[in-house]
Amino acid sequence: MNNEFTGAEIVLKSLAEQGVEVVFGYPGGAVLPIYDTLFKQNSIKHVLVRQEGGAIHAAEGYARSTGKTGVVLVTSGPGATNVVTGLTDAMMDSVPIVCITGQVPQHLIGSDAFQECDTTGITRPCTKHNYLVKDVNKLSSVFHEAFTIAQNGRPGPVLIDIPKDVQFASGTYEEKNKIIIPSHRLFEPSPDFEKNKIEEAVELISKAKKPIFYIGGGCINSGPKASTLVRKFINMVGSPVTMTLMGLGVVGSSDKNSLGMLGMHGMYEANMAMHECDVMINIGARFDDRVTGRLDAFSPNSKKIHIDIDESNINKTINVDVPIIGDVKQVVEKMITVWKEKKFQIDDKALKLWWDKINKWKQVDCLNYNNEGKQIKPQYAVQRLYELTKNTKTFITTEVGQHQMWAAQFYKFEEPNRWLTSGGLGTMGYGFPAAIGAQVGHPDALVVDIAGDASILMNIQEMSTAVQYRLPVKIFILNNEYMGMVRQWQELLHGGRYSESYTDSLPDFVKLAESYKAVGLRAKTTDELDDVINQMIETKNTVIADIWVTKEENCFPMIQSGSAHNEMMLSKDQKQDKKSAEKGKILV
Amino acid sequence: MNKSVYASPDQVSETKRHILTVLVDNEPGVLARVIGMFSGRGYNIDSLNVAEVSNDENISRITIVTHGTSEVVSQIEKQLLRIVPVHSVTNLDQEGSSVEAEVALIYIYISETNKKKVYQLCDLYRARKIENENNTTIFEIAGASERVNRFIKEINEITKVEIVRSGPVAISSIQKNEEE
Repeated sequence: MNNEFTGAEIVLKSLAEQGVEVVFGYPGGAVLPIYDTLFKQNSIKHVLVRQEGGAIHAAEGYARSTGKTGVVLVTSGPGATNVVTGLTDAMMDSVPIVCITGQVPQHLIGSDAFQECDTTGITRPCTKHNYLVKDVNKLSSVFHEAFTIAQNGRPGPVLIDIPKDVQFASGTYEEKNKIIIPSHRLFEPSPDFEKNKIEEAVELISKAKKPIFYIGGGCINSGPKASTLVRKFINMVGSPVTMTLMGLGVVGSSDKNSLGMLGMHGMYEANMAMHECDVMINIGARFDDRVTGRLDAFSPNSKKIHIDIDESNINKTINVDVPIIGDVKQVVEKMITVWKEKKFQIDDKALKLWWDKINKWKQVDCLNYNNEGKQIKPQYAVQRLYELTKNTKTFITTEVGQHQMWAAQFYKFEEPNRWLTSGGLGTMGYGFPAAIGAQVGHPDALVVDIAGDASILMNIQEMSTAVQYRLPVKIFILNNEYMGMVRQWQELLHGGRYSESYTDSLPDFVKLAESYKAVGLRAKTTDELDDVINQMIETKNTVIADIWVTKEENCFPMIQSGSAHNEMMLSKDQKQDKKSAEKGKILV
Repeated sequence: MNKSVYASPDQVSETKRHILTVLVDNEPGVLARVIGMFSGRGYNIDSLNVAEVSNDENISRITIVTHGTSEVVSQIEKQLLRIVPVHSVTNLDQEGSSVEAEVALIYIYISETNKKKVYQLCDLYRARKIENENNTTIFEIAGASERVNRFIKEINEITKVEIVRSGPVAISSIQKNEEE
């Protein structure tokens, strides 16, 4: 029959029908049949990483910068366990990923065979769903369902474990449109429920005297149109807006309504406005602990509207008054219609008073830092990077730590999907492979990984990948020789005992770059900074720019763990009261 | 729910026992998904019961007894619904809106001195002796958990026993339209 294919061929056919252009992976014994089939075709490109952890972060970077689903292909056992961090990362940050793992042949499952592990068991809590495919005839329907589940509702990672004998076996291929996925396996919000709540929500907004929009990553996952609609609605209301780390770019930084990021290292004015608002409109955010601070003092006098596609986020940590379950794009579109139909108008006078108050908070100038001397301040380095790249199509990724927060504070994002960072899981080592993925998705764009000297070493092996595929990714290291955020917490909470947070024996990053046949640059003083950044941008090759910054700079402003939004620390001279500091210490 | 030292003050409703019935696709790993969600998020399972209920549609019913505040239990329900093979979650918590039962098998050590008392108590609770080849004194009692609890408590006062319990299953007792 013509419709008979091997399991490995079905894998490739399914990927092709799903429109997959690139797979990030690493071969091994249990996926050899798939790699063999991959070798015989030209439609799908494969990017060979240097460790499986790099593959999944690259797929995340690709997915988040393009809006498509990222695909990963790794072998059984260690191949599978190495992607667990990335799967968890994608789960926390709602990134659509399909991860294919090889498995030992079925007759060996359970025998502690070489490179065997219980992949579906290990990855069950860190995937949206996973499959162990035992029947080759079900392989294509599993793939089509997996892609739908990864993208549907709140996106997330889906894993497909395929025993080697299934890859060799012959079976039939079913096309995407012939597969019927039962509705309970997908997300479908009920439209009636939505409508009532939307009218209630819009009316509440129209009566607000001190409104604030609190925007999260859900707006980005809903697609670029969602951002356009959110901007439009906020403009109609004239309300201030603040964004979470994951939501940066939904509303442009230069937008007159934007107060920038909120939360632990967010803007003073944004956190104060959250604390004092009377109506809070949460669109696609989940009241994460980095945002809320102390829960019993979180925005005590506001009515809260919460739009989320995942019902489990409603009333999880913060009780809300008007929950709306649905896709941001659809809900906000309806909100705009209702606002227009009912000719709602916000109380202009009250709004003006509210803005006056906010403008006073802005005068605190919370990002202010002492920029004297020849030594480069990390904040200044990010500011210069922004100034010198703002007119180029630029994607910024980060690792995790102080540099990540400085990037969020000082790099100004005007569009969604340009900012890729590990928010929920906080994965050091995310940024560089994610930049590789973003560069694969956008070959002509400038992709910069703002990194720390500690984080970059967690996936430095991917230098080899970047160079092999001629990906001109730029690594911009804010090098202070410390795990900066760990050191900062030790300074503030542990009496300045810098236990194991100093990295001795760092590599010479310039020589490291050169050893990979990439370009290494270094800036030691403020005079050299602009030249290094410009040279980095102009180089058509992978670049490591090693920026030597002041060593013991702290990231401010800061809401210390256990404190509330209105108890921000603006500098280290301002100490948290002892009681809440003690209670906060046990929090992360 | 959250166990932060700064837990939100408006979540103070009392802890209650809840019976959840969860309809799931009968596929490998589905039970692990359900119980993994409970352990991973720190929820309680007091008892759990699984059986296939419809052959043709390949659906199983999981009955879970848990306890928690209404906020916690509502979060459990929502987390269960995120699991892909879960069809529906029903909380049978309203007083009088459901019927529940469980089965216990009890191996009772009987001697000449306690024999009369044991049989009297078994009669009272309608515990039935199960015939078996070895003629062991194994009794079966079915009914609401509370009734089974009372029986076990009283029989324990008389003699030594070994007990195995199924944990409760429950079904909604709300009148339904026949034509549905």
